[in-house]
Amino acid sequence: MAFITANWNPLGEAFYRKIELYEMGWSLRDGLKECLVAAAPYGGPIALLRQPQRPSSSARPQLEIYSSSGANMASFPWKSGPVRQLGWTVCDDLLCIQEDGTVLIYDLFGAFKRHFSMGNEVVQNQVLEAKVFHSPYGTGVAIVTGASRFTLATNIDDLKLRRLPEVPGLQGAPSCWVVLTQDRQTKVLLANGVDLYILDNTSCTPVVRQTQTTYSLLCLIILALSPLTVCVFQTPPGLSPQACSIVNMAVSFSYKYLALFTDSGHLWMGSANLKDKLSEVDTKVRTPPKQMVWCRRPKSQQPSVVIMWDRLLLVAGECTDTIQYTLDEESVCVAELDGVRIIGGSRHELLQEVPSACQDIFKIASMAPGALLLEAHKEYEKSSQKADEYLREIKEQSVLGEAVRQCVEAAGYEHEPETQKTLLRAASFGKCFLSNYPPEPFVSMCRDLKVLNSVREYTVGIPLTHTQYKQMTVQVLIDRLVYRKLYPLAIEICRYLKTPEYQGVSRVLKHWACCKVQQKEEPDESIAHAVSVKLGEAAGISYSEIAARAYECGRTELAIKLLEFEPRSGEQVPLLLKMKRSQLALSKAIESGDTDLVYTVVTYLKNEMNRGDFFMTLRNQPVALSLYRQFCKHQEQDTLKDLFNQDDDHQELGNFYVKASYKEKKLEARLSLLQSAVDEYNKAKNEFAAKATEEEMKLLRFQRRLDEEKGEALLGLSLQETLHALLTSNFHKQAEQLYRDFRVPDKRYWWLKLTALAEKDDWEEMEKFAKSKKSPIGYLPFVEVCVKQHNKYEAKKYVSKVTPEQKVKAHLAIGDLEGAAEAAIERRSEGEISTVLSRCSPTTDRALLERLNRARSTAAKK
Amino acid sequence: MSAHLSNGRVNLNILREAARKELREFLDKCAGSKAIVWDEYLTGPFGLIAQYSLLKEHEVEKMFTLKGGRLPAADVKNIIFFVRPRLELMDIIAENISEKNGRPPQMHSPRDFHILFVPRRSMLCEQRLKEQGVLGSFINIDEYILDLIPYDGDLLSMESEGAFRECYLESDQTSLYHTAKGLMTLQALYGTIPQIFGKGECARHVANMMLRMKREFAGSQTQILPVFDSLLLLDRNIDLLTPLATQLTYEGLIDEVYGITNGYAKLPPEKFAAQKKQGEVGKDLPTEPKKMQLNSAEELYAEIRDKNFNAIGAALSKKAKIISAAFEERHNAKTVGEIKQFVSQLPHMQAARSSLANHTSIAELIKDITTSEAFFDNLTVEQEFMTGVDTDKVNTYIEDSIAQKDPLIKILRLVCMQSVCNNGLKQKILDYYKREILQTYGYEHMLTLNNLEKTGLLKPQTSTRNNYPTIRKTLKLWMEDANEQNPNDISYVYSGYAPLSIRLTQVLARPGWRSIEEVLKMLPGPHFEERQQLPAGLHKKRQQGENRTTLVFFLGGVTYAEVAALRFLSQMEDGGTEYIIATTKLINGTSWIKSLMDRPEAP
Repeated sequence: MAFITANWNPLGEAFYRKIELYEMGWSLRDGLKECLVAAAPYGGPIALLRQPQRPSSSARPQLEIYSSSGANMASFPWKSGPVRQLGWTVCDDLLCIQEDGTVLIYDLFGAFKRHFSMGNEVVQNQVLEAKVFHSPYGTGVAIVTGASRFTLATNIDDLKLRRLPEVPGLQGAPSCWVVLTQDRQTKVLLANGVDLYILDNTSCTPVVRQTQTTYSLLCLIILALSPLTVCVFQTPPGLSPQACSIVNMAVSFSYKYLALFTDSGHLWMGSANLKDKLSEVDTKVRTPPKQMVWCRRPKSQQPSVVIMWDRLLLVAGECTDTIQYTLDEESVCVAELDGVRIIGGSRHELLQEVPSACQDIFKIASMAPGALLLEAHKEYEKSSQKADEYLREIKEQSVLGEAVRQCVEAAGYEHEPETQKTLLRAASFGKCFLSNYPPEPFVSMCRDLKVLNSVREYTVGIPLTHTQYKQMTVQVLIDRLVYRKLYPLAIEICRYLKTPEYQGVSRVLKHWACCKVQQKEEPDESIAHAVSVKLGEAAGISYSEIAARAYECGRTELAIKLLEFEPRSGEQVPLLLKMKRSQLALSKAIESGDTDLVYTVVTYLKNEMNRGDFFMTLRNQPVALSLYRQFCKHQEQDTLKDLFNQDDDHQELGNFYVKASYKEKKLEARLSLLQSAVDEYNKAKNEFAAKATEEEMKLLRFQRRLDEEKGEALLGLSLQETLHALLTSNFHKQAEQLYRDFRVPDKRYWWLKLTALAEKDDWEEMEKFAKSKKSPIGYLPFVEVCVKQHNKYEAKKYVSKVTPEQKVKAHLAIGDLEGAAEAAIERRSEGEISTVLSRCSPTTDRALLERLNRARSTAAKK
Repeated sequence: MSAHLSNGRVNLNILREAARKELREFLDKCAGSKAIVWDEYLTGPFGLIAQYSLLKEHEVEKMFTLKGGRLPAADVKNIIFFVRPRLELMDIIAENISEKNGRPPQMHSPRDFHILFVPRRSMLCEQRLKEQGVLGSFINIDEYILDLIPYDGDLLSMESEGAFRECYLESDQTSLYHTAKGLMTLQALYGTIPQIFGKGECARHVANMMLRMKREFAGSQTQILPVFDSLLLLDRNIDLLTPLATQLTYEGLIDEVYGITNGYAKLPPEKFAAQKKQGEVGKDLPTEPKKMQLNSAEELYAEIRDKNFNAIGAALSKKAKIISAAFEERHNAKTVGEIKQFVSQLPHMQAARSSLANHTSIAELIKDITTSEAFFDNLTVEQEFMTGVDTDKVNTYIEDSIAQKDPLIKILRLVCMQSVCNNGLKQKILDYYKREILQTYGYEHMLTLNNLEKTGLLKPQTSTRNNYPTIRKTLKLWMEDANEQNPNDISYVYSGYAPLSIRLTQVLARPGWRSIEEVLKMLPGPHFEERQQLPAGLHKKRQQGENRTTLVFFLGGVTYAEVAALRFLSQMEDGGTEYIIATTKLINGTSWIKSLMDRPEAP
């Protein structure tokens, strides 16, 4: 295993190793010379803008996009303006920042997506330098213009340009600058010769005041937290006396650390807020470096920075020593979360600190538990009894669990599948001697590595480390594969990891379909078919999104075909409306059952169509029609009338007029509305309603006349109430007339008159009335009404007239228990006798009670 | 507070907790102090989900009722509107917050406005707010999906008053959409319901939407072992008769006489005054009606509410004996331990005693009514109709009641009942009743009569054949010897009449609807059965003797008497099925007819 440490270089306490990721598949004649290069972190794609071979006015530069392994993904001549800077967004889109401040966005395959501008003033002053940066808010762009002004856009998907304040004394571009994201704020840190400044939204604050005192190793850093409070810090020692100028700076991947390189060849490392110093190294190289990047893995104790010159690559850390590599070709460094990738014309390498788990296991003569376990397993495979000795040694220290953990962890850090396997086998071997060791870490590491190895594959070309993979999450990895149109691999990974369908396989398939619909050469039919076959049984597919994409590409027919597959009819509606298929949208909305959606389409149709067509459309959709009617009932009464008119719904029209008549104050208007109602009811062949409405009109007219003549207030009363009012006010003649005119049934009229007379205590008139002819309601009501008016004396007069069946009730009503008993006994009705008995109280005459009880028992016997 | 929800066969508290959680999440979205402006209609239903204390915990400091004009002053950071998605409410909100109506801006610190739509947000309403120029003033526009509200341990209600009117009169199926959504929420919490049965047009529509939504949500299914074995969807219009009849259970009568809204009844205060300290009686009689919450959290109420009212007296006196015996126990308590045990039970016993006193008072109040002649006469006519006596003639009692101008709703209940029991009235009789009503109560009621005809409650006889007797006989809707004290059949809830809806439910459980195909064909709308696929491994293995759980959903309302009948079936020893009941709204004949009335506004 000695060869594993062959590429390790010590630096202080730690080791650094440089491993080859790929031999580049591209064939670049001049390597990376004369190229503008941008490589995305997390093993992302590489973009090159190659200047033409012979500079002439007609020759155009060539834009090329490669995977990390150098496989060509796109290549086309650059026809736009001169480009200052290339960069990648978090979604693997390429940003090309032009001199005039225009930023063009391309996808991975070189298809133009959109563009935006960094502001008008840039057009004149030109972009001198630009940087693309990433923050929790997304991908941002920062530029400095010819007028030495900085402009920032924190998130290009939600473009808000911020022009930063002027930097005093700055002319042209600063010597170096970086973008920092701190405390949810994006700032620019820049060096102009000897001066350091922090630029934020509102102010430009000088940071380092380098005292000119000779030999003073102390610098003052004044960090202005706000315009009012000025804090004074002492800078850590570091900048040599002669050196004043900062020529390069780098901020770490996490924005936590900052490195400054001075023209004296000194390197200062510290926290990005400039409060703490980590270390300072004299590199003894005075030429300004070409590139400087942080190379620090999370949780590592040692800060380190990789600095690149033309032929030299230098790793500097805490100690005064450095590691130096010679570079034999033009290269570019890409900062990663846990190391630095070095891309050259022929090779792609990863430089990183050796993780402690690997150090423990592979360091020569290491006695760490993991190392012993690996040794034990090796002996075991050789069938040597030494395996037992090693194992015993581990078990004696009871560190077998730790040993397994180390091996599993180290496997994650190793790039070579063979080494991974060796380590995992050792772990698995160790696990056998442990009870209760949780299986999850081992299993998930195996899974992770399988996924990682498959994406590191040369043809895929995503050289992710395990640390990066855990940071970016599977979801994002799947996205990245989808951007690269590596659908089968993405699906395989989803299935392998058992990702829930709707966030795994279904999502990939949706992207596939979105891509598929853009294939212009294929006919609609076959695309729709292909899509439906592939997506058929996948759960949670949003066909409407795919259809929307098809529509964006101008394929309306295809979009409609695809929408047919959408199970959620609600989802189909907005797109159908957008495509002006409003009729179809309406039926889909109805199908969904969501009435709000139906309303939405109806409102849309109402604005789109002329009234006639609109009504016709509704007519064919009863559900929509009744909803629209509801809407009109509350909001647009007139439209409601039109609707009924159109449908020849005379019944409803009649009702409509009746309703309207009640809103009318003037009697004439009211009558004319009622007349319209009568006409409509007649047309509807609703004789009853027509007649009733005519009656109503007749009553209203009668009431008005009487109100005018006699000063009564009858208008609006019902017929019954009118009669009652007339009878109580002694308008007997008028009441009689109404009674005849409206053919009021006798029974009801008798009730009415009876109560009216009782109410005004007109007992004489009542007696006359009772004698006028035979009462159609009998005489019990007379008794009851009198009792109700507390006049038992009058009530008694009518008891004798009551029919035999009601006699008992009548006697009871006036409280004549004996009479009731008499009547009940006479009728020999058990029920009635019981009723009388139930009214008896302890004070009732004994004899009567006995008679009743006797009568009841005889009645019961019958 | 909500313990009674978790006592039933299905723990409905899960649903309530889910609703509360969502409410809390929304409130926390609006950081800082808050005032809530309520759509008045919503306060009742919300009361079943959360008390003021919950709102207060989330910095709700003030509450107002939504009304026109400007907002009342409140020194809070957030103003939240809790509203139903109705256009007219949007106009009021716009009036509330528009700058023109506001005070000068310096008077109050800037406030954030939010809208919470219940139960669903609406594009139409948002469009209206946009037209009014206020949509941009809202920081949050959200929806609070409150479809099915746990009402009691075995009862869910959507508390949607207008559902029957909308569905059967106005062909507006919005509430059915909410029903389907509510059932989906229920299935998300309690598992997919494997079997769906239904009868009626609306039932079919809801089932269709459910099946469609299931397809739409495919892939995001929750792996929950199904709690419900089947769902039965019933249209109210297959059984128009039951709600028209006067309910004769204790709870049903409280509802008939005093009305129960959102689980509360307002009772006349006089009877309850005496329960206060005896010295104070007579000084100040309370004038406010006594508001009482009625649910199974009250042990005594849970025991007696579903009894026939005629059995209440005996039940109350038995309970009284038990309670006084329990109090007598104190004489037997000799040792300190015994006394301590007695004292520890005191609060419970005192609660039981005051509960008993309350219900004795209520029972007395109701008894005054049920023993009146008017009540008796009315009931006699109802029972005549239900048994098919003289349903084809003008009824004298109705005639006399009209002549005496008894309340219109009472008349309408009776006339409709006669029409339903006769499968429509002869044109001549129908017109006679209608004319009597119009002349007596006013011609404006023509619109109401028209509505009743549209919904089929009132109709002219079209065929000479009256199929109600067939239905009555096949389904045994009338039981001569209903035992009110110790019931052996659901007919006890109406003292003889067995609710048609519940008979259908009963027959479905055993022996199945196939046995009554003929009758089902006579009732409106299709009947159907659907099955929903369960994910593998979720098939329930029933234990020997384990009951099935059926959710019965009444589209368009259910009465307390019907609920009582279902509870009776659940408790039957050899029933084999336990029922959970869901509905759009708990109704009675009066509230139901009222919802169908149209009152033109006077000028």
